[in-house]
Amino acid sequence: MFSRDSWQEIFDTISKNKLRTFLSGFTVALGIFIFVILFGFGNGLKNSFQEFFMDDATNIFRLFPGKTKIPHNGFKSDRLIEFDNDDLAAIKNNFAFQLQYITPRITRNYTVKYKHKSNNYGLRAVAPGHQAAEKTILMKGRFINRQDVVNKTKYAVIGRLIEKDLFNGENALGKYIDIGQRSFKVVGVFQDDGGDNEERFIYIPYTTNQLIEKNTDKVGQLIVAFKPIIGYEGAMQFEEELMAFMKKRHNIHELDQGAIYLRNVADDLEQNQQFGSLLQIVVTFVGIGTLIAGIIGISNIMVYVVKERTKELGIRKAIGATPRSVITMILQESIFITTAAGYIGLFGGIFLLNSLGDTLDDYFIKNPYINTGTAVFATVLLIIFGAIAGYVPAQRAARIKPIVALRDE
Amino acid sequence: MIEIKDLHKSYKIGKNLLHVLKGININIEAGELVAIMGSSGSGKSTLLNILGMLDVADKGSYTLDKVPIKDLDETKAAKYRNKFLGFVFQSFNLINYKTALENVTLPLYYQKAGRKERHIKAMQYLEKVGLADWASHLPSELSGGQKQRIAIARALAAEPKVLLADEPTGALDSTTSYEVMQLIQEINDEGKTILVVTHEKDIAHMCKRIVQLKDGVIIEDTKINQVRASEYV
Repeated sequence: MFSRDSWQEIFDTISKNKLRTFLSGFTVALGIFIFVILFGFGNGLKNSFQEFFMDDATNIFRLFPGKTKIPHNGFKSDRLIEFDNDDLAAIKNNFAFQLQYITPRITRNYTVKYKHKSNNYGLRAVAPGHQAAEKTILMKGRFINRQDVVNKTKYAVIGRLIEKDLFNGENALGKYIDIGQRSFKVVGVFQDDGGDNEERFIYIPYTTNQLIEKNTDKVGQLIVAFKPIIGYEGAMQFEEELMAFMKKRHNIHELDQGAIYLRNVADDLEQNQQFGSLLQIVVTFVGIGTLIAGIIGISNIMVYVVKERTKELGIRKAIGATPRSVITMILQESIFITTAAGYIGLFGGIFLLNSLGDTLDDYFIKNPYINTGTAVFATVLLIIFGAIAGYVPAQRAARIKPIVALRDE
Repeated sequence: MIEIKDLHKSYKIGKNLLHVLKGININIEAGELVAIMGSSGSGKSTLLNILGMLDVADKGSYTLDKVPIKDLDETKAAKYRNKFLGFVFQSFNLINYKTALENVTLPLYYQKAGRKERHIKAMQYLEKVGLADWASHLPSELSGGQKQRIAIARALAAEPKVLLADEPTGALDSTTSYEVMQLIQEINDEGKTILVVTHEKDIAHMCKRIVQLKDGVIIEDTKINQVRASEYV
């Protein structure tokens, strides 16, 4: 059945019926090609999405001080709440079980100068834990450490783009920069996946900033990280307890919604994950739709091909072709064409995706790709359905009496 | 060679049953050249189709070269056709994307002959019909007479016991017709049994026996003195 002779016969038929071969091959190749491209774009969209929303650590709460809205314990409303070092210590002491780390974040804006170049940058005065919270990646040097916080050192960690802006290709490490007329030594340069803005920050120890600002003990916002082991339920409970604890400390009415804002990344995470899986569903749906369109296309072509060949098949049967040999011939031909064309479409699609790379970043398609497994699976699926689609009309053609087929002028 | 007894065949057309063959009895010896004549609707094509195993009779027996032809499924019929029968059609029925040579090799391909053997045999038969020089031409590049001669070469290539020709000259002008008939006579001279369905009297008289069909029965069956086609060419 798969002898050299039958292949010879098939290649012969294929090469002498170029239009027919092209039509069926083109349908399959196009189907797979579009599938690969769409699936790749879908994945690219997912990548962009993840870059936007999954940049920071997911086990953190952010506490922002606000203004009280309800008078409580003899305090008037509209009182400004501020966190201080005592809050930091108190949370550490009271939530040792749930707490992984805690860091304040004091946000300021300064003119930063190196030699003759200067620019305005955001400054974040933080504790060492902040590195994990923002997933800051050190390119060289180190981050703010515990020693810096204790000694209130004038060390700074700067973003990659600040080094680029101010240092003109020089190595910033060990150099001194002026931050608001005070000299700081650069001890580290970082990068961040969160985008350009994230790479134009300066980190200094929060204690140093407090010293500069007349030895204040205020700490701005608080970032509290819980141990991932406690899970979603544990995190929710921790959130509640933490809120109650802070309200009590600051004499805030328990129903006051304005005094302290708490943003729970775990909540965001769940929402984001839902959106992410929705994207996945859309991508899958588009993929399946394309495949079905491809299958319908190849089925139509096969029906047409067999119809067109009815007379030829009748002749073949009249001179001795068995029904089985007729079916085998048509199937072998269709499988060969779909396989060859399918892989052309597959590699064409993958090649295009690879060559696109990050050129579509502006359209929120980042690094489009498709799993080789998924792509090969789709191709095999199309080949199988192409064969089934060919089998049904082939079987019908093989059953036609030669006399009927020959009458068909 | 061919033995047919009490052959009946009817077709359903809508609700009506059309009785086409109403008890045909005929014996054909090896080496005969028989013309089956009759007006359209006489059942001559149906008879040929049954002889060619392209169709199945309702009743009666059919023995071909001492093999009873019955209970045919498609596969068996295909094998018998390939082994016993060669077909020549009015409309030639060559495969249009295959060259003359490839058309002639096709029955040998289905006999599972080797490549070389196929090629040699096919060339041999092309030479026999005088078209060896046209081996690599497509049917579209050949004249009607040439096409029919290719079709005859194809029918002969399988070395069948019986050659069945359905109006072999029906699509040809008279000169070409006589050329084709001359070829058929030559093949018959070598001992091949041939059945020719025709409604042309001059063609029928180039055979050795005329069987006249009318309304599904044989009304006349006579041996005649063959007119050689070469006299006309």
